[in-house]
Amino acid sequence: MEKIWLIIKREFITRVRKKSFLVTTLLVPLAFAAMIIVPILLATSSSEHKLIAVVDNSQLFENKFPDAKGVYFKYLHQQNIDSLKQHYEELGYEGVLYIPEFDINRPSGFEFYSSGQASVTMESSINSDINNIIEKKRMELQGIDQSKLDDIKSDVEVTFKNGKEGKKGSSWVAYGVGYASGFIIYFILLLFGTSVMRGVMEEKVSRIAEVMISSVKPFQLMMGKIIGIAAVGLLQFLIWGVLITVIYSLIPLFVSPESMQAAAQGSQAMSQSEQAEVVRRITEVVGSIQWSLLLPCFVLYFLGGYLFYSSLYAAIGSLANEDAADIQQLTIPVTVPIIIGIMIMMKAVHDPTSSLAVWGSIIPFTSPMVMMARLPYGVPGTVPYWQLGLSFVFLIGGFMTTTWAAGRIYRTGILMYGKKITLKEAMKWVVRKP
Amino acid sequence: MNLLEVKHLKKHYATHKAVDDVSFDIQQGSIFGLLGPNGAGKTTLLRMITGIFYPDEGQILFNGKKFDPENDVRHIGYMPEERGLYKKMMVGEQTLYLAQLKGVPKKEAVEKIKYWFDKFDINSWYNKRVDELSKGMQQKVQFISTILHQPKLLILDEPFSGLDPINSNLIKQEIFHLSQQGTTIIFSTHRMEQVEEICDHILLINKGHKILDGSVKQIQQNFKQGLFKIGLGTMPNPAQMATYHFTIVQSHDKAFTVKMNEDSTTNDILLHFIRQDIPVTYFEEILPSINEVFITQVQQTENSRNNVAAAPLT
Repeated sequence: MEKIWLIIKREFITRVRKKSFLVTTLLVPLAFAAMIIVPILLATSSSEHKLIAVVDNSQLFENKFPDAKGVYFKYLHQQNIDSLKQHYEELGYEGVLYIPEFDINRPSGFEFYSSGQASVTMESSINSDINNIIEKKRMELQGIDQSKLDDIKSDVEVTFKNGKEGKKGSSWVAYGVGYASGFIIYFILLLFGTSVMRGVMEEKVSRIAEVMISSVKPFQLMMGKIIGIAAVGLLQFLIWGVLITVIYSLIPLFVSPESMQAAAQGSQAMSQSEQAEVVRRITEVVGSIQWSLLLPCFVLYFLGGYLFYSSLYAAIGSLANEDAADIQQLTIPVTVPIIIGIMIMMKAVHDPTSSLAVWGSIIPFTSPMVMMARLPYGVPGTVPYWQLGLSFVFLIGGFMTTTWAAGRIYRTGILMYGKKITLKEAMKWVVRKP
Repeated sequence: MNLLEVKHLKKHYATHKAVDDVSFDIQQGSIFGLLGPNGAGKTTLLRMITGIFYPDEGQILFNGKKFDPENDVRHIGYMPEERGLYKKMMVGEQTLYLAQLKGVPKKEAVEKIKYWFDKFDINSWYNKRVDELSKGMQQKVQFISTILHQPKLLILDEPFSGLDPINSNLIKQEIFHLSQQGTTIIFSTHRMEQVEEICDHILLINKGHKILDGSVKQIQQNFKQGLFKIGLGTMPNPAQMATYHFTIVQSHDKAFTVKMNEDSTTNDILLHFIRQDIPVTYFEEILPSINEVFITQVQQTENSRNNVAAAPLT
């Protein structure tokens, strides 16, 4: 026990002390912060004023284009479009919108001139503006009253509630949370699994393994490495959690409240009551997720899935030889179930009660990913307790089996030098007596 | 007293018998040479003694009791032939880590590291990464980390490979020193001149079988062929050299190598010259080198094995 603790400590300390640990640990929250702050700054920065010249020969559009997001329209009269096309830049315009005289029933011949390609947003906003204006004009011509039309329009949103608890849920939030946690588990399994494998390979190729095995049992060496790397991962999550919370709470200091609001609401002004409604709905939706169940489940599925796969990766690492190319082939049987898992997860997050999702969340090869995608939809509403229980039992049984089998492969593989080891051979070591 | 007793040890792999019924004893404080050609089963044998492998059959007694790998490994220091260290770790940390894994308390380990690093004059390496050191330097670090926990049994597999003569000598002196202090040493090598120089006792194995087991002196005695070197003061004529007691194997000027007749004694040979008044300047028995014994023995077992294997076909 004392020895395994020493091994865990070494694995942990050598990794945490590396520069790469510091870099990834700090960069991820920074990237997260950048992902939030940069769009806000971009959206609110009014440094760019785009002035568009409108040459409107139809007289329909005069002063009708709404100014939005730093794009302004200037209406020019009696301008020669041909000369304007040449000189608009010198006159300080970003582009020229040319509207010819046209038949209201067959509008055509609209043109926009700018240097290079106009941006996608510019293109779509000008298109929709023009269509809106033409539609309005046509309604006028048909004698349809705009205010009556507005009265007719329906804007109903069905409130989806969890039948048994009567609690309001939002499938979109559940979808987002499920998708994100499923994906995080997927990355953890791949990233940390290969990290374990590389550690084992390094020990074998550098020939320290035999020295170590003369002091500790192979199983201790393998588990020490697996647990040490898990500890690194947990520490990393913890730091990220703290940093993200800190950065998130510091965002208002960098960005003024006005611009926050502006960013949140786009250019459209929102009344006080509307704002209150949004806040109420956000809290309701966030509250609809069972965090007290979801977070412990996330940690448990992370640990269970990690133990399940990392021991297999350790076994694969122990089969390595100096030729690193061989290892690529050997990892396939371990990597493929993880990839299948992420694929089932993507289906499950759309349809969490389908039989594929249910079985995918029970079988330990895929359950860490698939179950995490289903859980945000609610327990016991979408995921009955028996499924969650069965999934846990199978996962625990699963990782005990894989670590046992992997331990037996590892024990032999780590000391086997010189010849290429096939998977078939390695499978025989599992059942052979020591 | 025997520190290690190995009784009828067997280890079979799927395709061959790596160690097949090998028994031997090692006396405490002795330097025991384990010899054998490549693939003879030396490494498998050592791995069973170090608790890495379990024997299929047979018994190992360590310090008079049944070998218990869990607890006894802390009294064993093993330097495998294919050695290695964590390349990215600092030299000092690494030795400390390996010592702690052998159960040495941290404080004691730090003191011992200081003692040995001083002794080998490598204090400046303490905070260097292992991969910054040359291979020979790494070897010294490896040796220190093998002996730091003061093992009762020290197992060295080719300890001098890759070392320059100065460092070889340093390690060799240390081996003698440890042996005098009571450490039992198993020394595995191909280099026979080192065996003669260092070992008290040797065990020769080939193809998993024990071929020879005994003290170096005893083995030389057993395999001597009755050859003597004689130096004469005057050049004898052929008639003077003709005798029942020996036949000349080789001659060079006044120096002769002779093979003594089985019935004769060394005094018979000396008397032969004394009676003829031929002065004898020197007279020395030629003992076989361990190298010769090794080669002839390995070849013999190889031949007999081949004959046995071929027998069913004829």
